[in-house]
Amino acid sequence: MEILLEIIMIPAVLAIIKIVVIVLLFAMPLGTFLTLMERKWSAMIQDRVGPNRANIGNFTGHGIMHLAADGLKSIFKEDTMPKGADGFLYLIAPFFGLIAAVATFAIIPLAGPIGDFTFQVTDIEPGLLFIFAITSLSVYGAVLAGTSSNSKFALLGGTRASAQMISYEVFMGLALMGIFMVYGTTRVSGIVDGQNEYWFGSLIPMWGIFTQPLGFVLFFTALIAETKRAPFDAPEGESEIVAGYFLEYSGMRWSAFMLAEYVALVGVASLITTLFFGGYHIPWLHLWESAPQWLVTILQIIKFSVFTLFFCWFQIQLRWTVPKFRFDQTMALGWKKLLPLSLINLFVTAFVILAFA
Amino acid sequence: MTDMTVLQSRSEDASTGEDFSASVMSIEIGPAHPAMHGIVRFTTHLDGELIVGMDPEIGYLHRGFEKESENSKWIQVIPYTDRLNYVSPLLCNIGYSMAVEKLYGIEAPRRAEFTRVIMGEISRITDHLTCLGAVAMEIGAFTFFLWFIKAREYLWELVEEMTGARLTTNWTRFGGNHSDLPDGFLGDLADRLAKLKEVLTECNKLLTGNKIFIDRVKDVGAISKEDALSFGFTGPLLRACGIPYDVRRADSYSVYDELDFEIPVGSTGDCFDRFLVRMEEIRQSISIIEQAADKMPEGPFMTDERMMHFPDKKDVYGNIEGLIDHFKLVMEGHQPPAGEIYMPVEGGNGEIGFYLVSDGSGDPVRVRMRPPCFNLVAAMPAMTVGHYVADIVPIFGSVNMIGGELDR
Amino acid sequence: MSEEISTMETETPPEAGELTTLLKQEFPDDVTDFHAHRDDETVVIERDALEAVCRFLRDDTRCSFEIMMDLTAVDRLEMNETPRFEMVYHFKSLTHARRLRLKVRLAEDDCKIASIHHLWKAVDWYERECFDMFGIVFEGHPDLRRILMYDEFEGHPLRKDYPIDKQQPLMELKEVEERHVYGRHA
Repeated sequence: MEILLEIIMIPAVLAIIKIVVIVLLFAMPLGTFLTLMERKWSAMIQDRVGPNRANIGNFTGHGIMHLAADGLKSIFKEDTMPKGADGFLYLIAPFFGLIAAVATFAIIPLAGPIGDFTFQVTDIEPGLLFIFAITSLSVYGAVLAGTSSNSKFALLGGTRASAQMISYEVFMGLALMGIFMVYGTTRVSGIVDGQNEYWFGSLIPMWGIFTQPLGFVLFFTALIAETKRAPFDAPEGESEIVAGYFLEYSGMRWSAFMLAEYVALVGVASLITTLFFGGYHIPWLHLWESAPQWLVTILQIIKFSVFTLFFCWFQIQLRWTVPKFRFDQTMALGWKKLLPLSLINLFVTAFVILAFA
Repeated sequence: MTDMTVLQSRSEDASTGEDFSASVMSIEIGPAHPAMHGIVRFTTHLDGELIVGMDPEIGYLHRGFEKESENSKWIQVIPYTDRLNYVSPLLCNIGYSMAVEKLYGIEAPRRAEFTRVIMGEISRITDHLTCLGAVAMEIGAFTFFLWFIKAREYLWELVEEMTGARLTTNWTRFGGNHSDLPDGFLGDLADRLAKLKEVLTECNKLLTGNKIFIDRVKDVGAISKEDALSFGFTGPLLRACGIPYDVRRADSYSVYDELDFEIPVGSTGDCFDRFLVRMEEIRQSISIIEQAADKMPEGPFMTDERMMHFPDKKDVYGNIEGLIDHFKLVMEGHQPPAGEIYMPVEGGNGEIGFYLVSDGSGDPVRVRMRPPCFNLVAAMPAMTVGHYVADIVPIFGSVNMIGGELDR
Repeated sequence: MSEEISTMETETPPEAGELTTLLKQEFPDDVTDFHAHRDDETVVIERDALEAVCRFLRDDTRCSFEIMMDLTAVDRLEMNETPRFEMVYHFKSLTHARRLRLKVRLAEDDCKIASIHHLWKAVDWYERECFDMFGIVFEGHPDLRRILMYDEFEGHPLRKDYPIDKQQPLMELKEVEERHVYGRHA
């Protein structure tokens, strides 16, 4: 027993266990579940029922079985490669997006630290810069897929994807500069702890949404454009260029693209919760002094999950409510409207900090 | 539109390091494409995302309507007309029957005419609902599309109640209609129209003021009045350019001159104007239906003229004229007098004209249907060249090409 | 019950409508026939006068036919009438709110006629369809190729001597070559 505990306490092993729990038990199941819930929630707005037929025996579970059905179907489909496609690049392209999406969870804390034990895989100093680096990696997925497919529609989609993602990364960083300035650190745990402060005594928590409202809007928009969700899904075309950059993929590789998109959705929701909505901190809980530690941790995990789920739902609803931007309108919005806004945000934040420090 | 950086892309025969701005990529927005309503193929030449040339190719759904009609009897052509504009089949039925009635020189009784107006306007509403829903869906507003499909279901239930089928209606006959109003139809009609108005209000709130949608369709695909007239535009697209030409007013047929309705007219002729014109036409059609239902007269639904329809069974078995009429009608079919006529009616897309030539025997010499969307698709290159690839979607959606009507 | 009209010509006595009178005035040698069966004014003209008459109809303010409604042909082989083909043009004037039908007779061995695509842009595709279906050649048309049928189709379907159940030869799969680009309308 003690040997086991000792082995677990080795940092490497501990990190692996945390990765398994956070990624394999939280992020990926939620992502997969969202593939079904997207169809169910969209059906709800559109006055219909959504998928509810797949069954084992007679158990349909209101459509839960569709997850298994989709997975099995993807595995058994033929893995095609178009004639003239660049072999190696074509084969590895789907996995960039998946790696980037999953790697986002490396620095997201699920609950507060208990002593030395953190609920975060790793808490590196340049935490947020790590996020930017990883999101840049996901650009490769779309671009390689589009250009190596030897297909004109895929080429159009890949070109659009590269331009859109690179442009929106620019002011994604700028939008977060405000957060750095307000909380004074790039370490994620530092930012989350910074949101545990209160204004006016114990009245209003210093959440990112209150200190950086414009930054929140800009960052959220940038992340939706990065994950190529509606209304920024011009690279995915769907009515003009059929499926955009993943046109020529089938079977499990196509599933990898889809999974990457949904895990990225969960990642975006988690990031937003962590940076702008206090992460795992429950406001005013510190007033209840005699709360037992296990209860606090459980409540924190619940709070984090609820907020993450809310933002997942919000992004899905957004897709089914608004029409798509045309591609040049997306670029015009990013460069001409949102970039100046993020710069203004920066100056105003700096001014306010200096004035009221 | 042109102050945006145009993306450069390599053409498939790009020579290395040469002048990339001259390389043009040719892409097939081909017959099988999610955004193509019906089947049509556009060979598009792109410079990055800008369209520099386009060549439409039609004829994928050509089934030989005109040739088949020449080898059938006059009455056997009516089911073929269902399949012409298959989202508003009753308008084609009505058009053809009225054309043959013009050839004969007879008129249908008033009750039949009012019923035809009601069913025709219901068909027009379904046509517009399909068109607008498809445009919205391809721009990304899926919810709008599905709500309109739900509204269209209400109307198709009415059509099924009256004619027995949702699409292959085959309902009008020469000199009247196949059947009278079923019991309770007018009550159902009022019900469904109320639900339809609710859906219209909701959808209006969802999309018509939405900035993203307006940005996608405003100033896209505009065409000038002179060009529109030269291309032979009729229908909602001509009215969106600012010309109030509606066959129901200009060459009034049936009982439209007794009904009160307005003709919505746009100003610039772009896709947004076409969208608004169609939305308003739906409301005007609802008003027409309500007036016609109020004014519905009693009376026969089929003319009394001999040899236009089968006589009653008591006449067929009772007296010799009935027997002879029935026999001749079955064996020889209708025999309109020799002559040629052109009958225009207002279809969902514009003026549907039937040009019929008869030589007095029972076989048609020529049955020609003038397809309104033939001119619209011919003008597609003029409307899309100079816009982006993503603009093909709203432009082509607003043209509302129906394959059955275009290719016959 | 059938009326006494057995030919396509006028009923006696012929009454010329307003437009017919105007055309007879302007083009006295070219108007060969007219009628107004069921109030559809129809004028038959000579083939060589087509371009001049159409231009007159479009530009003259007494006519101003802005819209070319329809352009088609009728094959009168089974009615045993010569000349065999009859071109039919329908026009619509919005200004004066009237319509006109223009007809031109073409002989079987000489089924060529001047193209009027430069007068109305709609005519381009209508003439292609006429060529496709009837085999009538329009001289001066910039791109006279089949529109509804595929390029390798043999024959002209709407002719009366084309049997309705005629079989076409099988085709082999071929590569798509570059097509004509209609950029000139922009």
